[in-house]
This record gives sequence, C-alpha cells and structure tokens, in this order.
Amino acid sequence: MSRVGLMVTCLNDVLFPDTGRAVVTLLRRLGVDVEFPAAQTCCGQPMVNTGYLDDAVPLVRNHLDAFAGCDAIVVPSGSCAGSVRHQHGLVAERSGDPGLGRAVAGAPPVYELTEYLVDVLGVTDVGAYFPHRVTYHPTCHSLRMLGVGDRPTRLLRAVRGLTLLDLPGAAECCGFGGTFAVKNSETSIAMGNDKARHVRSTGAEVLVAGDNSCLMHVGGLLSRQRSGMRVMHLAEVLASTEPVIESRAERSADGAGPGSGTARTLGAAR
Amino acid sequence: MSGTFLGTPAFPTAARTALEDSQLRRNLAHATGTIRAKRAGVVSEVDDWEQLRLAGEAIKDRVLRHLPDYLEQLERSLVAAGATVHWARDAAEANRIVVDVAQRHGTDEVVKVKSMATQEIELNEALAAAGIHAWETDLAELIVQLGDDLPSHILVPAIHRNRAEIREIFLREMGRAGRAAPDDLTDEPARLAAAARTHLREKFLRAKVAVSGANFAVAETGTLTVVESEGNGRMCLTLPEVLVSVVGIEKVLPTFQDLDVMLQLLPRSSTGERMNPYTSTWTGVTPGDGPQEVHVVLLDNGRTDVLADPTGRQALRCIRCSACLNVCPVYERTGGHAYGSVYPGPIGAILTPQLRGVGTDAQTDSLPYASSLCGACFEVCPVRIDIPEVLVHLRGEVVRAHQRASRVPSVQDMAMKAASWTLSSAARTGAAEKVAGLGGRLAGRLGRTAPGGRAVLGALPGPASPWADSRDVPVPAAESFRSWWERTDGGRSRSDNTDGGRSDGPADPAPGAEGGR
Repeated sequence: MSRVGLMVTCLNDVLFPDTGRAVVTLLRRLGVDVEFPAAQTCCGQPMVNTGYLDDAVPLVRNHLDAFAGCDAIVVPSGSCAGSVRHQHGLVAERSGDPGLGRAVAGAPPVYELTEYLVDVLGVTDVGAYFPHRVTYHPTCHSLRMLGVGDRPTRLLRAVRGLTLLDLPGAAECCGFGGTFAVKNSETSIAMGNDKARHVRSTGAEVLVAGDNSCLMHVGGLLSRQRSGMRVMHLAEVLASTEPVIESRAERSADGAGPGSGTARTLGAAR
Repeated sequence: MSGTFLGTPAFPTAARTALEDSQLRRNLAHATGTIRAKRAGVVSEVDDWEQLRLAGEAIKDRVLRHLPDYLEQLERSLVAAGATVHWARDAAEANRIVVDVAQRHGTDEVVKVKSMATQEIELNEALAAAGIHAWETDLAELIVQLGDDLPSHILVPAIHRNRAEIREIFLREMGRAGRAAPDDLTDEPARLAAAARTHLREKFLRAKVAVSGANFAVAETGTLTVVESEGNGRMCLTLPEVLVSVVGIEKVLPTFQDLDVMLQLLPRSSTGERMNPYTSTWTGVTPGDGPQEVHVVLLDNGRTDVLADPTGRQALRCIRCSACLNVCPVYERTGGHAYGSVYPGPIGAILTPQLRGVGTDAQTDSLPYASSLCGACFEVCPVRIDIPEVLVHLRGEVVRAHQRASRVPSVQDMAMKAASWTLSSAARTGAAEKVAGLGGRLAGRLGRTAPGGRAVLGALPGPASPWADSRDVPVPAAESFRSWWERTDGGRSRSDNTDGGRSDGPADPAPGAEGGR
C-alpha cells in the first residue's frame, strides 16, 4: 500500500487546524490512510518570496527528510504545492549543492488536494453535503502556478445541497501575496477590498477557496466590514456530510437559509 | 518635457498617491479593463496562440544567445543599405550622437516617433540642453509632453488623463509650442484629435530631422520596423531629410521571416487589435524617397549586464506590448508613476532594477517587491517572460546586495534567520506553536467572534498594525494540528472528544466559547 503524507502547511497548523482535520476525514472516507509525518514544518515559501533564498535551504532539507518515506504528498494549499513544485528547485540551484538538487528532483510528487482527489483518486463526487450558497475564489497559485483548472468547481458542484454562485473577477488576485500584504499594505488592502466587494455582490453565505492564506486576508476584510459572511477552506466543505440524526423534511427546510437549524446540521456534520 | 522620475519615492510610498485618488483609480480600472477584455477577445481567436508564444520565446532566446553575431550582421546590412551605424554604451553616448546629428544639420528642432528607448535615455532633456526642441508626435506622448507630465503606461502614456484634462492642456500649452488650439475647443475626442492634427502637421512639414526607435531590427536585411496606430510616426519616418533611430540592442531579429511571428504577437497583446493600423519598415536609404541620411544608434545602456544574468536575461525578450501592465492588479491600482521609471508595471519591476542595478537606492530595490506574484503577467506575456520567477530572483539579489553592503543584519534579516531556525525543526516549531496557542487562548478572550465562531482581533498596535489597519486578525488556534494529531493519534483515538483544536468550526453551538477551552 502506498504511503500518502499530509503536508498540512505551517499556516494551517497554527491558525487553521480544522482544515487539516477535514483533509484527514475526507481522505479516510475515500479509503486513503493518510499519514502526518511529524517532522514537517514549513515549505520555505515565505523566505523564498521575500528574497531569503539561502534561509530557505534548511526548510527545503527538512521537507525532504520529513516526507522521504512517502509515495505522494497531499497539501490543502495551492500556494504551498506550487512552492514545493516550483521553488524548491530554485532554492537548490542557488544553494550550489548538487546533492540537494538531486534530492529535490527525486522527492515524492506533491498534489494540491483537488489534484489528488480528481487526478489520483478519480473522484469528483466525494459524498459531501453542504446546504449553503457558496462562491469560490480560485487562488492565483492554484489557478496559474499549478493550473488546477475546474477541478475545485467540479468537486463543489457535486456537493449535495450546495449552490455555487459565480464570483465576478474571480481570476483576479485578492492582494494577499505573503509579505506583499505587509510591504505594500495599502495596495494589498485596495486589492482585497475589491475582492471582498465582488464576494459580497454574489449574495453567497460562504466564500470558499483552496488556500487559507488568501481566505485569511479576504476574510479579515469581510470580518472587519461586519459583512456576516464566512470563509471556509474547500476541504472543510468537502468533508461536510449529511447528518443521519435529522429527518429529510428538516434538512430541506434548513436548505433555505443559514438559520439555527442549519447551524445544528453543520455542527453535527463535523 | 521637463518632468523626470528622479526623486520618486520607494514604491509603497509612491503608490499611496494613486491609491488615494479615486478618480485616477476609476480611470485606470476602466482603461486597463477595456484593453484587457479586447486582448482576451482577439487572442482567443488564434488557435495556435500558445505555439506562437513558444515561437516568439524561441526567436528572442536565439537572438540573446548569439547577440554579438546578429548585431554585427545587422551593422553590415545597415551599412550596405546606406545607413550610418553608431554604437552607444550608455545614455550619455547615445544622446551625444543624436545631438551631433541635429547640430550638423543646423536645426533647432526634431520631430519624434513614440519611442521607449529615447525616453529611457532622456533624449528630450539632452536635446533641450543643446537648444534643440524635441516634439513628440504620438498623440498620447504629445499630451504628456504638453502637460509637463510623465508617462504612466508603455502603450498609453496618458492613461491617467481624462478628456477634460486633455482639453485644458491643449488650450493652455499648444500655442506656446506651435499652432495654438482653437478657442472653441471642446472635449469631444474628434475635436481634440483635430486640434492635435493641425498642431502636428505644421511640425511634420517643417522638421528636417526626425528621431525614432524601432520595434524590430532585422539582421539579415538591415530593416527597421515601427508599428503604430495613428500614422504620425510614418509622417516622421518619411517627410524629414534625416532620420536617427535609437534601437536597444535586444531589438534585433535574425530574419525578415521572424517578423511574421512578432507581428502576430505584438498587436493582439498590446492594443487588442488583430493588426495595428500602421506598420512601417525601412532599410537604409532609398534614393529620392524618404530620408536621405539614415542613422542607427545601437544602444546598450545596461542591457549587456541584464544579458549576463541567466535568470534575469529573459526580460530582454520583452517586445514592449504592455499586456502585463493591463492585467496587473497592482498596476491597475497604483498606475505607472509609482514605479518611478519609463518602464512601469510588472515588466518595469524586473527590467528597471536590472538596467539600473540593485543595492544602490531604495526606490529601485522596492520594485521587485511591488507584486503579489499572482502570475497574471506571465500568463499574458507574448514571449513568455516568467516575470514572477524573475521578481523572486531579483528579491534575492536585493537581499544579497544589502547583506554585502552592511555588516549589521537588518530587522528583516534577523526575523528570517529566526524563522528559518525555528521552522527547520519540528521540535522547535511545536514549541513555538504551544506559545502561539497560549497566546491564542488569551487573545480569544479579548477579541470578538466572526461569523462561523472564529475569534478575531481588531486594530492592533505595534508591528502587526499594517495588517490589522483594515483586516481582522485570526487568533491562533488553541491547539495546533500537530498537537491534535499527537494527542488523538490522528483522530483515531477516542480521546478526541474535547474538540480542543477547533477554532474555526462553521457553527459552534456557543460561538466564542474557544477562549475558555
């Protein structure tokens, strides 16, 4: 049996542990016995994108060691998947250590969650139930660096009870960009506010994306604006299931809006 | 034009001006949005667009690999066709050559075809210093010049101006530079264009010397090419007796056939047109037809330094289409002036630091960071310049240059070192997370609850304030994923009933209860 390692990402580990737990729930339901290699930390993207490529070297080494025994790596982040796939080689090259370059080239393949579900497991209907109006933001690194295409929306469309609403200007960057959000804070916020405006215009209850970093930025703006909107990682939506304790009649009533009944439904679905 | 980018503050500060100007933001969003949509439309008509991009990339890469050979071939072809070839290492040399030609013909004015290379070397200022007026004849450049302004876009230099402003500039300034605008000028586009036409015609017919750049220079034939929309360039290329073209050395193409690829890529990428209205080509001197004295100044001005960088040299593939500006979310909100260079936007953010060199001034060093690395620029680039890759590479060069220059590590240096040390070991990371979790528990009591039950913090003092000025800050989870996994054997142990790590539950029965866990 192949060993599948969950790369939970440092941001999820500290700020969004529910996302990692959702991935575990989801993959187990689909028959994958996912492991969490405890030696993992951070892929090094914050250093690389700030220009500290040398300081990323120990993190790349640590990543290689942590996942050495795995046959595949699954990560609920387009940004971190992109970093491992496209930046580790760059870091290795700059380090001048040919051994590191060979190790990077021989590392297990890394899959962003939706790539793993659709391409490796061959599923688009993961049996999820999420009776809410949802809009989806295709994060830049998922969209362009990885090219995940319509995999996330195919997965979302197969979720029972879910209404997927088009997001205007979906392909435009939300303005997070890692340290960009700090170094060019005002531009970042201008971009984020435009994204938040588009999100609110959809009338959705929940903004979903495959990267908690972008959701943290847009969600932070939506929250400050007291918009009443929630942000959720795609994995958490896909891990939601139909509760067995409630009758069909109650569920269809819940499907109409985010009332307290829905809250119970979701709570039970965890 | 007396305006200059000298003294432009670093990007984050310069950007503030545009961000605070809501009219400017609307102008920019409208203009870039319109061009972006036009481009997307005409690009989608071409079935083999990706093949064309690959061909464009391959042609330019071949040029860069064999640049000296192609340049020498270009020189031979030009000389054989009756042109005079000059080599200019830098802006000062190039400017001196153009000034000399103008002075030899005893003229105190030249007409100019829109050209990025001559803006880069600030030729107009050099000519003015020698008592020679340089008249821009491209409509948008004319607006910028008359308004004593700076260009803010490669293709649409006056993108930041609206019609009412243009009318005002024409009424106020045209008379001082030549034929005045009619007193009853309105801000209708046709009336504005008519005023410009009358004003410029006088200059075309009078000027003895014209100055141009070139979009492409074909080595095998010595043919220079200018593509444009208005035909004003062609007037300059054909009416005066003398033509001087300042051409960046990266503009060379091996064969005439290579124009086939480039003339498909360029107009669709830049103006969103299937073909630009005017494409002029000229090969040296044609007796009795057009300028009888033709000079070509081959300009280096930092380009060989760019060529020496294996990662950065792809910036020299640039054909100045400006597609990357029009899709860039940063450019859309800040405009071009914030980049402090004639090359704004994503391409400016990689080209300018390379031409100037990093590590010498804060403004230049801020440019590689003026991007969220969203990758939209690479997606539209007709010659596949991986701008995000070069941005990251240049950030590395900026950091290295600073570390070489200073023995004392910066705050950022130390923060990155500390983060690298902590995050290269799971044990150290886990320990740090426990502290964050504790902080989260405490902070959770201070914050409020966002929809979904998540505890967030509002405005914060100190180093976190740039983030928290407009965004709520998520409080670290009370329990990290790592420690949840350890405690519950990855959720397999039945002890997983306290829900300790749950901070983001979509709908807790009692929202905000995390703080007490």
